[in-house]
Amino acid sequence: MRTIKFILQKEFLQIFRNKSMLPVIFVMPIIQLCVLVFAATYEMKNTNLFVVDKDLSSHSRELISKFNGSPFFTVKDIDFSINNAEDELLKDDVDAILVFENGFGKLVDKKEPAEVQVLVNAIDASAAGLYNAYILSVIQEYNLQLKAKLQIVGKDNGIHLVQNTYSFLFNPEMKYIPYMLPGILVLLVTVIGLFLSAMNVVREKEIGTIEQINVTPIKKYQFLIGKLIPFLVIGFFELGVGLLLAAFVFKIPILGSVWLIYLVAFVYLLTILGIGLLISTQTDTQQQAMFIAWFFMIIFIMMSGLFTPTDSMPMWGQKLNYLNPVAYFIKIIRMIMLKGSGFMDVAKELSILGVYAVAILGIAVNRYRKVA
Amino acid sequence: MNSDKKVISVRNLTKKFGSFTANDDLSFDVYQGEIFGFLGANGAGKTTAMKILCGLSYPTSGEIMVAGLDVYKQREELKRNIGYMSQKFSLYEDLTVFENIRFYAGIYGMSLKDIKLKSDDLLKKLDLVHARNKRIGELPLGWKQKLAFSVAIFHNPEIVFLDEPTGGVDPVTRRQFWDLIYEASRNGITVFVTTHYMDEAEYCNRVSIMVDGRIEALDTPEGLKNKFEAKDMDEVFLRLARKSNYKE
Repeated sequence: MRTIKFILQKEFLQIFRNKSMLPVIFVMPIIQLCVLVFAATYEMKNTNLFVVDKDLSSHSRELISKFNGSPFFTVKDIDFSINNAEDELLKDDVDAILVFENGFGKLVDKKEPAEVQVLVNAIDASAAGLYNAYILSVIQEYNLQLKAKLQIVGKDNGIHLVQNTYSFLFNPEMKYIPYMLPGILVLLVTVIGLFLSAMNVVREKEIGTIEQINVTPIKKYQFLIGKLIPFLVIGFFELGVGLLLAAFVFKIPILGSVWLIYLVAFVYLLTILGIGLLISTQTDTQQQAMFIAWFFMIIFIMMSGLFTPTDSMPMWGQKLNYLNPVAYFIKIIRMIMLKGSGFMDVAKELSILGVYAVAILGIAVNRYRKVA
Repeated sequence: MNSDKKVISVRNLTKKFGSFTANDDLSFDVYQGEIFGFLGANGAGKTTAMKILCGLSYPTSGEIMVAGLDVYKQREELKRNIGYMSQKFSLYEDLTVFENIRFYAGIYGMSLKDIKLKSDDLLKKLDLVHARNKRIGELPLGWKQKLAFSVAIFHNPEIVFLDEPTGGVDPVTRRQFWDLIYEASRNGITVFVTTHYMDEAEYCNRVSIMVDGRIEALDTPEGLKNKFEAKDMDEVFLRLARKSNYKE
């Protein structure tokens, strides 16, 4: 215990004395949290629409006016030919094209299926999916009104019901930040934890002090615990700041228990720091450690479900995700913060993380060699 | 100052890295309180042998006892009883003089009170009281080396291993450094030191000279000079080192 105390004292002194690292540790995450939460948005505003109206009927105009009236769309131009529309699309000035063929209005009047062609700029696939969904919903709404007018005039109830559903789906401003913030919080804690721990032991190798440590009677586990605890404390601190920002700046109600979040964060950080220390013991330079940490970081984050739903990944990807600690923590923290899930609800994921932490720390202690 | 008690006993020590033999069948003894010089050209295998004695590296074969402990089986106990100062500078540049002392002494199990008392004495002796709260990085190399040595023997080990401790240090500081070594030896600490400086070899009680992983000569500096009919250690060294196949 005394030995660990002396290591901790030394580690904390070194962390707080490193003038270039202090802002990285304590200020950057807060800035990142604020920037990312506001900027990395899936919200749909100002989708530029080009309408090719070869029909010029009252029906086509009515549908166009629906788009004009929506806060999400700007109808940039209406033309008879597709050529101009395609030019604008190539220049990236419009995001989607809506085409009414000649005869659209007549088909509607005859109560026969009428078609609207939707061409979406799909360079950014996820944005394209959103454009498409928004456009379809506007058309669907128009469709319902049309049906009501033509067939079921007087039965208001049905229409009302559908419209309610619609406004719930397309109110992303209410739903977006609470969805992203917990995930980004996980990200920041992970980045700091993984990189600091991955660089730490290897730094002592580079400056040569590790040899002096290895010639002392220090135990391997004492040394690694002494390295682990400071980063655990920093991780907790960042999580705390993030949760305070979430509650008081972003006004996200944290439905579940903050203690439970911290319990999960404890197990999670042990895993991440274990990975970092393992990298550190297996490399010879900070540069190597940095690249390896970066490699894992990218895979963990891209597959974590932060930006893309994990359910839509191919099966092998979902299986690979069993090894992704970031995916577990993002899932759990969203459950706790947004749904108010309790201990029993997250027990399965938490115990998997626990096994992970024990295993990876065991390997790290085992792989740290005091003797060459 | 020398006794008959063996503190290091090496029999047939061999260390191979693949097909390369760094230490070839070394056998020697070091006695308590002795200053034992371990000489050899670069690449002769000095550091390799020293790391094995310190428990930092596994020997390929041989029987090795250090401070009465087996380097295979009693490695961690052994580490309690030795001090080591590596070629690379080993104190933390971003910690102060006192913080470095406290850290290393602390992990050897000394109490904070003892650490404070002993470090005050040490800093007075080294004339570094004013530098107690200065960061190591701000100190000149000579001071750092003297401190590194003092930290290596702060926990009062039986043996201290010094790997080229005076590299890059000016002659005056080197002389002061050797005063510290003599003092440690007088206090019963055995000193095992590698060096390139032949004048330093003259300060040792006994000297071994390694060539290509073997010990080619082992005697007192006087004995060696007589045997090789040399006027100083420089000449002894050159005669032996010239036999080397290894050219830098």
